[in-house]
Amino acid sequence: MTETLTEILIVFIKIVCALVWFLLLTLYLTWLERKESALIQDRLGANRAPIFGIRIIGLFQPFADAIKMIFKEDFVPSFSRKFLHTLAPFISFFFVAITIAAIPFGDILRIGNRTINLQILDFNVGLLFILAMLSLGIYGIIISGWSSNNRYTLTGGLRGAAQVISYEVALGLSLIGLIMVYPSLRLSSIVVYQGELLFGFLPKWGIFLQPLGFVIFLFAALAETKRVPFDLPEGESEIIGFFTEYSGLKWGLFMMTDFMEIIIISTLLTTLFFGGWQVPWLASDGFHFPWGGELLLPHVVIVLFQVAAFNIKVFFFCWLQILIRWTYPRFRYDQVMDLGWKLLVPLSLVNIIGTGIIMTI
Amino acid sequence: MIKALGYFIEIIRGILITARHFVVNLFFHILKVLGIKTKRKGAVTIQYPEQKKEIVSRHRSLHRLMTRPDGKPRCVACMLCVTVCPSECIYVEAAEDPDPEIQKYPAKFIIDLGRCCFCGFCVEACPEDAIRMDTGNVHFAQYSQQDLIYDLDKLIG
Repeated sequence: MTETLTEILIVFIKIVCALVWFLLLTLYLTWLERKESALIQDRLGANRAPIFGIRIIGLFQPFADAIKMIFKEDFVPSFSRKFLHTLAPFISFFFVAITIAAIPFGDILRIGNRTINLQILDFNVGLLFILAMLSLGIYGIIISGWSSNNRYTLTGGLRGAAQVISYEVALGLSLIGLIMVYPSLRLSSIVVYQGELLFGFLPKWGIFLQPLGFVIFLFAALAETKRVPFDLPEGESEIIGFFTEYSGLKWGLFMMTDFMEIIIISTLLTTLFFGGWQVPWLASDGFHFPWGGELLLPHVVIVLFQVAAFNIKVFFFCWLQILIRWTYPRFRYDQVMDLGWKLLVPLSLVNIIGTGIIMTI
Repeated sequence: MIKALGYFIEIIRGILITARHFVVNLFFHILKVLGIKTKRKGAVTIQYPEQKKEIVSRHRSLHRLMTRPDGKPRCVACMLCVTVCPSECIYVEAAEDPDPEIQKYPAKFIIDLGRCCFCGFCVEACPEDAIRMDTGNVHFAQYSQQDLIYDLDKLIG
């Protein structure tokens, strides 16, 4: 009885920790976005919002934004379909937030004689689960576009649907080569496979085995986040997009969804192509360098190394995606379709065939 | 295909430019935090309420009325500024001056700053150089429109 209770408690703690990590990182991505765009454009960015006169380069800004959003009037237009209008942001938010369950943050942590897997749920189909949930998130956009009963939001929702059919196929196909190489859909096993060495010195990361798959996945994943190079549903300079009729916290949920998608895409890129929590040449008992040296470390230090490596990789990809968002202009409607169907899908097919040929040889 | 490859190279170069700006500016910001003085700054921002940009001499700021040596306004109530004003924000009421050299003086001279567009036409039109916009004062925001109506006392003082 106590055994089951402890198990439930451990899962509960894992859920809380993962969600806190996820939401805090989301909050601070809004800060990072403002600061990074400012640095790119030789500005300073948000540096006010002091608490007791202390303003550490604007680090309290996300909380000020959150407070503002919570206390704003939650306006529902009289001509909208009220139930769906309220439901849409929650659908959008829920399907992104749930994907964190399948992300491996680290290897096994041993406390006493108990082993804790640093992953909320170790699915057999973790990868498929994440892709499916990310695709379902588009329903939030389409429903919000439809239920607002406004022609601009409807255009935004339609453009969102058009974008999904452009990138979704390439997103799935680009990962098939990877699944062929690491014969598993379980994300933790994929990461464990990436700990092996290639030619005796190179870690067997996805980027080295599937460079083409990485590029295709990066493009498709950027389209998935629905941010600037591919922000068809939003199109803030022309149609404002699917959340025109939202205000306050409901709008905030849509905005948070965007940032959470960035994080999920970053964790996916890390887990699939950059070895997840793997540190090069770090085994479960310490470093084994290919040139012959060894450095044995205690278990806790190794787990800390792994979690830190995972976090650093995720931060890097968040940074990269924000850099991309502040560099490129938006693709046109038909250009996204061209990119998806004429370039990414054929390339991913080539990638699958090439991977198959190399694997048989 | 080769053309597309050319685009791809340009796309990569584009992101390298923004990444270079990010890294270079971050480097100079870190140097500033560490207290190392450099000629170049990380940002061109002027932190407005604390730092102010110097107002150039040609800047058109709050109006003022010039006075004669005896303290009376130089204005002769010729109504040229009232005529030329595109926002119709100047109201002048003339009165007779005992001095035959001057003949008229403004009994009321009111500028509604809420309507003024700071074009400077009144300054150009004035034959007596009685009105100028060179006070350098740009901070006269008020909470009510009534406070923005400036009369003779405020304009001279």
